[in-house]
Amino acid sequence: MSSPILRLIAQRILLGIVLLLAVSVLIFAGTQILPGDVAQAILGQSATPEALANLREQLGLNDPAWLRYVHWLWGILHGDFGTAQSSGLDIASSIGTRLKNTLFLAACAAIVAVPLAIILGLIAVRYRNGFVDKLISGLALASTSFPEFFIGYVLIFVFAVHWQIFPSISTVDDSTPFLERLQAVVLPATALTLVVLAHMMRMTRAAILNVMQSAYIETAELKGLKAFDIIRKHAFPNAIAPVVNVVMLNLAYLIVGVVVVEVIFVYPGMGQYLVDHVAKRDVPVVQAVGLIFAAVYITLNIVADIGAIVANPRLRHPK
Amino acid sequence: MADKQAKSGQAKPGQASSGRLLDIRNLRIEATVYPPGEAPKTITLVHDVSLTLEKGKVLGLIGESGAGKSTIGLSSMAYGRGGVRITGGEVVLNGRDILKAGPKGVRALRGREVCYVAQSAAAAFNPAHKLIDQVVEATLLHGTASRAEAEKRAIALFKKLSLPNPETIGERYPHQVSGGQLQRVMTAMALCSEPDLIVFDEPTTALDVTTQIDVLAAIKDAIRDTHVAALYITHDLAVVAQVSDEIMVLRHGRLVEWGGTRQIIKEPRQEYTNALVSVHEIEHREQQPGTTPFLSVKNVTAAYGGGHVKVLKNVSVDIYPGQTLAVVGESGSGKSTLARAITGLLPPEEGTVTFDGRPLANRLADRPKEDLRQLQMIYQMADVAMNPRQTVGTIIGRPLEFYFGIKGRERDKRVAELLDEIEMGKGFVDRYPAELSGGQKQRVCIARSLAAKPKLIICDEVTSALDPLVANGILKLLLNLQQVEKVAYLFITHDLATVKSIADSIAVMYRGEVVRYGPKSKVLTPPFDAYTDLLLSSVPEMEIGWLEKAIKGRRMESAGN
Repeated sequence: MSSPILRLIAQRILLGIVLLLAVSVLIFAGTQILPGDVAQAILGQSATPEALANLREQLGLNDPAWLRYVHWLWGILHGDFGTAQSSGLDIASSIGTRLKNTLFLAACAAIVAVPLAIILGLIAVRYRNGFVDKLISGLALASTSFPEFFIGYVLIFVFAVHWQIFPSISTVDDSTPFLERLQAVVLPATALTLVVLAHMMRMTRAAILNVMQSAYIETAELKGLKAFDIIRKHAFPNAIAPVVNVVMLNLAYLIVGVVVVEVIFVYPGMGQYLVDHVAKRDVPVVQAVGLIFAAVYITLNIVADIGAIVANPRLRHPK
Repeated sequence: MADKQAKSGQAKPGQASSGRLLDIRNLRIEATVYPPGEAPKTITLVHDVSLTLEKGKVLGLIGESGAGKSTIGLSSMAYGRGGVRITGGEVVLNGRDILKAGPKGVRALRGREVCYVAQSAAAAFNPAHKLIDQVVEATLLHGTASRAEAEKRAIALFKKLSLPNPETIGERYPHQVSGGQLQRVMTAMALCSEPDLIVFDEPTTALDVTTQIDVLAAIKDAIRDTHVAALYITHDLAVVAQVSDEIMVLRHGRLVEWGGTRQIIKEPRQEYTNALVSVHEIEHREQQPGTTPFLSVKNVTAAYGGGHVKVLKNVSVDIYPGQTLAVVGESGSGKSTLARAITGLLPPEEGTVTFDGRPLANRLADRPKEDLRQLQMIYQMADVAMNPRQTVGTIIGRPLEFYFGIKGRERDKRVAELLDEIEMGKGFVDRYPAELSGGQKQRVCIARSLAAKPKLIICDEVTSALDPLVANGILKLLLNLQQVEKVAYLFITHDLATVKSIADSIAVMYRGEVVRYGPKSKVLTPPFDAYTDLLLSSVPEMEIGWLEKAIKGRRMESAGN
């Protein structure tokens, strides 16, 4: 590894940190401008003015906004997200298990979806504009076009109700053994795979087709390579940057965008947690989850950027 | 019989039989074009061309763009580029018709019996892989040698082609190696699998003249030492005369003339061949420099990257009214940067540009409209220098409106006059750039610059992208226009033949400095400085044996780019 590439990577990481700070300001400000008073919300309409004033003092609501932001951020940096207003539970520990569950589900979906999408993309390029290409594109687009809840219920109907192979409710807790856990996420992971597959597949196809115009593809053809070997060996390595980008975007979606699927399968993940607490107007929880989602998004995009930098031979091997 | 041999796979069929390697009979190649707004139609690119090639011989295919040279060359690998179809005839290689070999048979011969060297090696190498992996790829694919053997062979070839650090250059990636070196690596790649035939497709055209001579010599030695046969495709007759045994002249996909190299260049039988041979013989008598130059560049230094990369060092030249100053040098010598400094696109760090006795503002943005009008430019790539959505009339009419406020009927009249001047006629007013040929596009660009009635037109490699005959037409036009309009040219080129036909004075540039400057007759008369000598002696001459003589007589090594 050489210095220009390290400098670029350091630049991206610094930029990500700045961006995350900016997002934290936005999240904090956003919840501040919402109408309503937190003390009032906790104590209810019938609270006496003295009780309200006491609680405000206790929660630090009388401090200026910037001071409360600094306190909030300082707490988060030390792993303290505060306590949920609705339940009085520690947010960090509630999020801990749920984040683990969400990441597990996302990982299961990604392990299937990413290689499948890329291989399907390669096959589509090999048989471009032919029957196989159109079949792959058609099926992938169709699965993406159906809403997630529809796919979820179809899967439940077929696999849980009709054949009864997999459970329809994917509730897990800390004591669930791994294999059972795996069995529980089969259906939600399948639903997620079907949702993200087409985007990655189509982008892989487009990125590789773009590279297929290059002169070095002709060179490979004139060496007598087989069509699929040309795509795999000569086209794909030059299409990695755009493919990594779209893969990371979809991984981010698998983590932060799974609300609907989690609700359908009653899976105790971040999405469900967020929806519950939005309904209860539990501002500290919404803030904490929002910040974590932003962090996931930014981190994955940094990884995509770094992937694109590392994939570029001109940066990896400077003159 | 042909089928049986095609299936025999790894063994090279037909090797023991006659000396004939390649026999193309009545080749017909077609393509379907989709003109906008019209029904698709089939055009014939190659009409019934036949040729034969003996083992170890070199046949030069020569012609202008669109002559079908590359198409014929690639047919020897049963390959049609970009939807081109081989629709008739036979291509008999090593005793069998490869057009009937099927996809598997074709793959077995590509990279094994026939290899290809492309015009732009920089684009033909995969940027993601090391050179050595790409060089030995075909050899390993066809199983003719082990990895270790193939690498040994590759290193020996790198040595033969005089590449620097032959042992380690393969570990580099394409972007880490210069263009001339890449072209040699590509030749090594073609030779590595020990084919019977190599198709060289303009292998030196994209190189500087001083680099071309080295690559050419390397290719010639390699062909001689390995006894490989070759189809050598180029538009430059002087180049092909150095390497081939026979030359075939093609035009519009038809055979014009086919004969021994000496016969073609010394006693061409066809009129078209004669035109190709005698191209560049424009007689231009040098004008004496006037008393006062109207544009003076004095001690100009310019740099890119905020002063980090000096590209012009203390450059001074003068341009006289109605005369041509040619600026010549290889790529990276600062020719185009000089034009950018004069036009204000790259403000000089030091020095001045004076025009009609007063200094011009350094920055383009600070110059009044009148100064902008006096300096016009024409570019190498005429098609990207015009808005594809504007008609010829709009393109030429724009400076009339912008500089003189001429509108309506008067503008149309002036546009018609200008079209007349560039010998195109007013039928072209409503055409779009895409409907014009390369030469016509460049003519429209000339008319556009003339419309501003400038004192100076800067011509930046304006003929480099054109075929020799078309380029000659453009040069003649420019000379005629100079007589009529009394316009001066700053003519930037890397082509010394062009310089000879158009210049009154010459500035030779090398690494940002003017190394030789003066009237044409003086600059081109010995004694020469080392660089000018190298530049002049590197220009291919249409003479058998010139290459060896030129290499021997050199006083200075070229940079080897």
